[in-house]
Amino acid sequence: MKGIIYILLLCTALLIAVSCSELLPPAPDPETVLAGPIEDLTPQQLRDHLIGDEQFGRIFGQKDGLGPIFVSNACESCHIGDGKGHPLTTLIRFGKYSGGIWDPMVEKGGPQLQNRSIAGYPPETIPGDATGVTRLMPPAVTGMGYLAAVPDAVILGLADPNDSDGDGISGVPNYIQPLDYFVPLPSHIPSNGRYIGRFGKKAGAIDLLQQIVTAYKEDMGITSDFDLQDNFNIQAGLTTGDFVDDPEVSAAIVNNVVFYVRTLKVPPRRNENDIDVIAGENLFNQINCSGCHIPSLVTGFSDVTVLSNKVIYPYTDLLLHDMGSVLDDGYTEGTALTSEWRTAPLWGIGLAEDSQGGSPFYLHDGRVSTLEAAIGFHGGEASNSRDAFNNLSPGEKVQLIKFLKSL
Amino acid sequence: MLKIYITLVYFILLVTPIIGQQDTSVVQDAIYNRPFITSAFPVALGGYLEGNTNYFSEDGVSEGFSMEFRRFNIFLYSTIIPRVRFFAELEFEHGTEEIAIETAQVEFEFLQALVFRAGIIIVPIGAYNVNHDPPKYEFVERPLEATKIIPTTLSDIGFGFNGKIFWNNLLFTYDAYLVNGLNDGIILNDQGRTFLGSGKAEERFAEDNNGSPTFSGRLAVKSQKFGELGISYYRGIYNSFRIEGETVDAKRSIGIMAIDFNTKIEKLIIQGEFAVNSIEVPKNISEIFGTKQWGGYLDIVYPVIKGNILGFDNSVINLAVRLERIDYNVGEFTETGKNIYDDINGLSFAISFRPASGTVLKANYIHYWSRDALGNPTVKTAGFQFGIATYF
Repeated sequence: MKGIIYILLLCTALLIAVSCSELLPPAPDPETVLAGPIEDLTPQQLRDHLIGDEQFGRIFGQKDGLGPIFVSNACESCHIGDGKGHPLTTLIRFGKYSGGIWDPMVEKGGPQLQNRSIAGYPPETIPGDATGVTRLMPPAVTGMGYLAAVPDAVILGLADPNDSDGDGISGVPNYIQPLDYFVPLPSHIPSNGRYIGRFGKKAGAIDLLQQIVTAYKEDMGITSDFDLQDNFNIQAGLTTGDFVDDPEVSAAIVNNVVFYVRTLKVPPRRNENDIDVIAGENLFNQINCSGCHIPSLVTGFSDVTVLSNKVIYPYTDLLLHDMGSVLDDGYTEGTALTSEWRTAPLWGIGLAEDSQGGSPFYLHDGRVSTLEAAIGFHGGEASNSRDAFNNLSPGEKVQLIKFLKSL
Repeated sequence: MLKIYITLVYFILLVTPIIGQQDTSVVQDAIYNRPFITSAFPVALGGYLEGNTNYFSEDGVSEGFSMEFRRFNIFLYSTIIPRVRFFAELEFEHGTEEIAIETAQVEFEFLQALVFRAGIIIVPIGAYNVNHDPPKYEFVERPLEATKIIPTTLSDIGFGFNGKIFWNNLLFTYDAYLVNGLNDGIILNDQGRTFLGSGKAEERFAEDNNGSPTFSGRLAVKSQKFGELGISYYRGIYNSFRIEGETVDAKRSIGIMAIDFNTKIEKLIIQGEFAVNSIEVPKNISEIFGTKQWGGYLDIVYPVIKGNILGFDNSVINLAVRLERIDYNVGEFTETGKNIYDDINGLSFAISFRPASGTVLKANYIHYWSRDALGNPTVKTAGFQFGIATYF
């Protein structure tokens, strides 16, 4: 009996020792994962990144200050794995033109609809007199630190408001009125007190701090040191309803999240040496998709050294372009026209479906599930490229799509 | 509710004459089926402790090796006078991180079929919630169903009746109590999903948050040949729908139904539980906070060696396997019509050494496959645990 027991115990121990590595799940291929810090962060920066990561994943409950009206309950609920969002957490914004002037309908809860609410509290609805209503899919947040580090001068250098080169593309920056906590950097170039927006589908946010403070408040109903005023359902005549002390998160927490987003790695490329991918990239340039989706940008100085003076490949010019009437939702921000959209960065687009439940949702509102269909909706300044894509042979279209999927 | 009680009491009185003295080793007796109760002193003192090691990895990311002192529980039992007994259980979790009175109850045994119980009681929803002591199990982790779907350990302030009725070699047991019930935290909590465990507000031991008691009951039948089969039900209003007597919100209910069983086939010990939750949630948040949940587990234990092992008389080495699955949110997304996932599947293996029936050394391997609500790529978590649990 003793012998059997000793053998059994020995076998068990050996089995466990040998099989530990086999039985523990391996890390997925880094090329298939959006999330992760930039390489070469200092240990201190890496620690701060991880602290921010924890806050990015924090789920807010009613007792933490969620709401009283909100869209989602965590940063990560909209940006799962730091990737693109899902129709579940689509942001809806509205407004109207009044006497030729854009009215974000603040007195009716605009510009963002909070369509969810804490128990016993009414959610907002879209006012009947709103003339513009848009649905905005949450973007991937990877690589945003690099986009933030692109100097205004680079963006302005890409602008061509009068289409002086005659290619049918006339990108313009969106000038945004800064909020009171905005601190300009030396690389910012103001115009009449406004600054170039670069984040958001309409480039409505100047920097990541604005983007994140706004997301805390407008998306989750979480106040911060930067913005102490909660959202209430003024449509229902309510000016209270959240009984958690403000601020619900401190400036330190917001800054941690800003640092986290700034120090996320750029989306990884896959299969870039594949023959079809290379051919697709050539077609992408040939039909001038790259006229707006500029392949590379160069960052300027950044206080985070690894972000400084780097060549990045986001496939955007961070400018607004007229995309035609089909994509015109009648909604706008800043100086953008309702038909104008900021060139969407294409990096990471090949991994979009991994954060969208296996089925991708493309374009600003997620209306299509294939890249071919997304290209088909391009109009306005992108009409020539769209037509050129439609004239490609089926094989060439496949190559171009393969290239996009490799981003 | 009152009708249910009257019917139950009437039924019990009707069948009382057929009560006899037979084997009463059933789930209902779990709180007394512990070694300390045999003490000769007027107040018996006992308890259990549980600790373990953890080494887990989630998609290749590991926090490394750590040790965890899970629980140190103290039991107090006293027969005040014949047929009037007191029982209490004080729980220390993770050292002194969480200290709670899990049970503090008095029972008046009018008849074996009619026992009045009052105090802080273990809510009879599922068998695992009632019978959850770690020395009784080969696995360190409790089943997902018994923690995420039914929030074991769920105790509450309340009162009610229980009893045993023998009939044709079958032992029927019942439990029926009114308790304060779970609270608002079931939804809009920091778990980001409907989670009954977040509804266990400490305030429930002081007052009901809505003035509407919750019913919890369990009926079971045990056969010496086939084992025990139980069905339990829990229903009540969970939200604070009135303040200062004024109605400020709609009433929203929580319902749990569970089926549990345990049996023995030759040397094979099989037990399992299946639970379904139904929760009323405001429509505008019902995609995030699901209105239906379910979960189940199956434990199969096989004693491979019994006898004198390493000098311990009557010791046993068991092999065990656990299969489990939970779904936090049964439903579809309104916008896409696609399934809401938010589920976990689990497979665990154990080898345990029991030098005595109330003492166990456990070696476990656990593997979980989790999907978020959208059904994004499955997150794989696996790891090893070595644990010890013993009554004292």
